[in-house]
Amino acid sequence: MATTEIAVHGSATSADRQPIVNDFSIQVATANGSGSQSANTVLLRTIFQMGVPVSGKNLFPSNIAGLPTWYTIRASKRGYIARKKEIDFVVAMNPETAREDVMSLAPGAAVLYDEPLKLNELRSDLVFYSAPFDKLVATVCPEAKLRKLVRNMIYVGVMAQLLNLDMAEVEKALRKQFAKKIKAADMNWNAAKAGYDYAVASLIKSDPFIVERMNKTAGMIIVDGNSAAAMGSMFAGVTVVTWYPITPSSSLVESLIDYMKVYRINAEGKATFAIVQAEDELAAVGMVLGAGWAGARSMTATAGPGISLMAEFAGLGYYVEIPGVIWDIQRVGPSTGLPTRTSQGDIEFVAKLSHGDTVHPMLIPSSVSECFSMASEAFNLTDHLQTPVFVMSDLDLGMNNWMSDPFEYPTEPINRGKVLSKEDLDRLGGFARYKDVDGDGIGYRTLPGIDHPQGAWFARGSGHNEKAQYSERPDDYKNNLDRLRHKFERAREVVPKPEVMRNEGHEIGVIAYGTSHHALVEALDQLQTDHGVKVDYLRLKAYPFTAEVHDFIATHPRVYIVDQNRDGQMFNLLKLDMPAEEVVRLRSVRHYNGLPIDARSVTDDIIAQEGK
Amino acid sequence: MAATTTPQPQPKTNRIGLTVLDYRGSKTTLCAGCGHNAISERIIDAFYEMGTPPERVIKTSGIGCSSKSPAYFMSRSHSFNSVHGRMPSVTTGAVLANHRLVALGVSGDGDTASIGIGQFVHLMRRNLPIIYIIEDNGVYGLTKGQFSATADLGSKLKTGVINDLPPIDTCALAISLGATFVGRSFSGDKRQLHTMLKAALAHRGTVMIDVVSPCVTFNDHEGSTKSFKFMKDHEEPLHDLNFVPSFHEIDVEYDPGATINVTMHDGSSLRMHKLEEDYDPTDKIRALTRLAQSQQADEVLTGVLYLNTQAPDFIEMLNMTDEPLASLPESVTRPSRQVLEACMEELR
Repeated sequence: MATTEIAVHGSATSADRQPIVNDFSIQVATANGSGSQSANTVLLRTIFQMGVPVSGKNLFPSNIAGLPTWYTIRASKRGYIARKKEIDFVVAMNPETAREDVMSLAPGAAVLYDEPLKLNELRSDLVFYSAPFDKLVATVCPEAKLRKLVRNMIYVGVMAQLLNLDMAEVEKALRKQFAKKIKAADMNWNAAKAGYDYAVASLIKSDPFIVERMNKTAGMIIVDGNSAAAMGSMFAGVTVVTWYPITPSSSLVESLIDYMKVYRINAEGKATFAIVQAEDELAAVGMVLGAGWAGARSMTATAGPGISLMAEFAGLGYYVEIPGVIWDIQRVGPSTGLPTRTSQGDIEFVAKLSHGDTVHPMLIPSSVSECFSMASEAFNLTDHLQTPVFVMSDLDLGMNNWMSDPFEYPTEPINRGKVLSKEDLDRLGGFARYKDVDGDGIGYRTLPGIDHPQGAWFARGSGHNEKAQYSERPDDYKNNLDRLRHKFERAREVVPKPEVMRNEGHEIGVIAYGTSHHALVEALDQLQTDHGVKVDYLRLKAYPFTAEVHDFIATHPRVYIVDQNRDGQMFNLLKLDMPAEEVVRLRSVRHYNGLPIDARSVTDDIIAQEGK
Repeated sequence: MAATTTPQPQPKTNRIGLTVLDYRGSKTTLCAGCGHNAISERIIDAFYEMGTPPERVIKTSGIGCSSKSPAYFMSRSHSFNSVHGRMPSVTTGAVLANHRLVALGVSGDGDTASIGIGQFVHLMRRNLPIIYIIEDNGVYGLTKGQFSATADLGSKLKTGVINDLPPIDTCALAISLGATFVGRSFSGDKRQLHTMLKAALAHRGTVMIDVVSPCVTFNDHEGSTKSFKFMKDHEEPLHDLNFVPSFHEIDVEYDPGATINVTMHDGSSLRMHKLEEDYDPTDKIRALTRLAQSQQADEVLTGVLYLNTQAPDFIEMLNMTDEPLASLPESVTRPSRQVLEACMEELR
């Protein structure tokens, strides 16, 4: 299976080409479970520590061990961190995929391969380096059993020499990676050095790709979106977390467990939280709603198949009007439908999740720092609106490492929304749960356990009146639905506003969301420099759409909506939201092959649709 | 001035000064004579007599005739009529949020043993503090009388259809999976059910009571094994139950040879006067064996089938702080700036 696409541009192989500094991507092909993750992280961190903007993407199979896996590292002096379509340097460690990995490269690319694979016989327009990995690992690791674990670190050393990386930074990254495991760190360091020494003695640099120190990453962090979301949730004051393991969301809760065990144990050694692994996603979301009803800040994390199971409860949450945060780390299709590949495939489904008339707010982070900050926003929003709120991350954001500025401490205090206390009830004498007292469609609620004889209300589905009493009266039902619609309309004013990245009055506008943002930043430059096309750009952060989204569309004759799904799901939601005369302005750019979106695809698609 | 008027008799109150009326709910909309209404009455009496503040109680349910019934008792308690078969998860979430709540889950045989069996078995494993009542009539009432998974082999529907699948014994499941108070009773056995419910309120952990509750409309005919007549003929009580609440000052003498006395979590005593000589409800294996025998003998064994007052409940297992999670202030739930800085430093 090819994970690279044959690039269209050509260039000659030449040993004396101009060096290409801090602007290339490396793809490491290994077998799943071979311990390559540590080696790849060390390579990534080394470049990062040298001040060069870098991103890493793990393309892995749904498998414990043995199947092919690829890790792509992109260094970009301009700070582009989207996937780069073209691969410049392949490290071919996996015999199974080596041939295809090499055949799909553009001329001029470089290959480091395991000597017995003899890949240099395949093509004459690439730069080849070979290394005898088994022989090298035997010299640094006498214990045959352990060789498998350190073999991959040899390519880190070889690549360090070829790319001009600072070995002191390699050692620093490596020791951070192995932290307290000193013995493992020493063994791996010896392997890296062996690779480096081999390259010095036996390889002649003939490709143009090198790394030079910059100062663009000082003070920054590297983290995956799921860990960021976990930290964000902890600082948002989450108290009840329920989950069912599912790729790519499991690491969010596992990371949260690690953080909470350290930072949310009180002076008496007791947990200020409960984290429960449920029997399935039905139970996970049921617990979230039960906890939200009883006053906890509760959340779960899941992916598409789990979202499917949560549909009925999502509708009930909407109608009972109780808070809860649901993280959807989106991936591709049902069952064995590429569970380890990324997608924005749940947008339309989640927006309307459940039977009957339902509609849900969604927050859409595009970066690890938004995974952090949107956790607090989502919890304040769900408490304010008294309805489940979905945070739509994806596998690319959730499971890959991203560099970022350090996260900022939440500025908004924790706001639990309209919750009446005993004293409030003493004063008011009673309350009607679903009465729209303030005109925003949001009623006042009490929490179970409130010590007041008039404190209770009956939580049930859509068949109720303002006092939460069971009712099948047509007017009660319609009034309730109309109020809920009004509440959702008013939610436009409180969900995060989009980021209007560029608005200079150009004819073309582009709207993107989530991880597509990083491809868009690069595509805007490509459109301008390669095609002379200038476009304006708005990044969506939430559903329902705010007034700014409408304004943006109203002021651009042609607006491209970029989706990472086949059906143009956000495009469809926008069409439903726009006045008829503006719908014709909307056009759709769709990317859906399981790989993270890249800038070149967006650029080419827009140029083609523009007829240029 | 009105010196000649006779003083009004004070209404009878419980230990927290409430009358039984304070424990009542809306008027039932179930069929007249439905066993579920009798169970609601027993719940009202038990909670009243135990002096449980209704405001501390949550009533949760799934979907079905049984799940409607929380509307018909204790209006001063919060209630959540949730999704079909999913009452266990909603209740679990609520108890995690506030473990001081007294959770009363009401379900039916369809809601528990068919659509909800997954959540039911996992709830039993956790020993969550909850009183879980199955109002068990062997049929789906609201959809007009289809068999449920607790219908006995050979049981006959009104339409003449014979059930040829074996029943799920919810009590045997609950015992084997970890529930710590498991009983079976009959909506027509007023005294036994009433006593069992009071004992349930004194227990800490999962109480699971399967109450056979005849459906007068769809399953009370000749050939039904969940009818009033069948239960009158086939009920086999294991013991006579007596409950002495912890706040009761006068204790009653009992014969230790003929009676098993168990001290409950709150200090109350549950006394089981043996009708079956060698039955010990703290013996798990014995309980399961006896249940299997009763099924073969075509009898409905009732009473406290299994009781374990020592097992830790789910809240203890989670090592949760005593203050309910729902009311923890921001100063506790949001770590400091220094913590964030430490987290960031690890990632540099």
